[in-house]
Amino acid sequence: MSENVTPRKPAEAARNEAAMLPPVDVVEDASGITLYADLPGVAKDRLNLHVEADTLTIEGEVVLAMAEGMAPSHAEVSVPRYRRAFTLSKELDAEKIEAQFERGVLKLRIPKAEHAQPRKVEVKVA
Amino acid sequence: MMYRSLFPRDVFAELDRLQREIQQAVDFSPSIRGVGRGGFPAMNVGGTAKSIEIYAFAPGVDPAALDVQIEKGVLTISGERKLDAVPEKASLHIDERFAGRFRRVVTLPDDVDASSVQAKYRDGVLHISIARRLAAQPRRITIQ
Repeated sequence: MSENVTPRKPAEAARNEAAMLPPVDVVEDASGITLYADLPGVAKDRLNLHVEADTLTIEGEVVLAMAEGMAPSHAEVSVPRYRRAFTLSKELDAEKIEAQFERGVLKLRIPKAEHAQPRKVEVKVA
Repeated sequence: MMYRSLFPRDVFAELDRLQREIQQAVDFSPSIRGVGRGGFPAMNVGGTAKSIEIYAFAPGVDPAALDVQIEKGVLTISGERKLDAVPEKASLHIDERFAGRFRRVVTLPDDVDASSVQAKYRDGVLHISIARRLAAQPRRITIQ
């Protein structure tokens, strides 16, 4: 293959590889959305989060400490990759996403933009 | 489709995976099928000449809440997974992750040495390595 090929966007290149769909929980409160995703076997440096336009993509590569010369006899996790994409709605502030990753669980906090936060309107009695 | 397999398997297993993938694409209902065949934790088992290697994919579990036991050639992994409570006034839009008590059981081959077991929990994966008995390990016999 020629070296001059324009590099494909990571998301596009990744789409050609098989991946598992990680289970998630999505909780919404007044100030934002919290997303939890189960990504067991993914080390912190193998986790890739990106926002492109209004799409949030979570990707992770599974690396296991394998014994030398191991022959698999039973596999429920056979593809070493997780991928899942979500469409973010307009009121969410993608710039301020906070991520925590511990014990194979990703926790993302996506706050709502200030203007989209609920405000209580005082009703004055004349 | 090009991909690198973590645990390479036969063509039937591949067809099985394809079927699951199609199901994932068609079925929009919340499901835990993303990991394996629905059980929690999903498990991979492999073996070398010297040991049996078991991987249990149990993310977000406190290692102290994991219980691994070997009794009469049967390995039991049990524990409890507690998830963050959904705060009041918050709504749960997607609820796919496993919560609660779990238990999975694996029958071990006859030649394992139950007294030589190592268990590590890392990145949400419990890796158990059980040695095979020395007598059962392949030996090369020198011809004189």
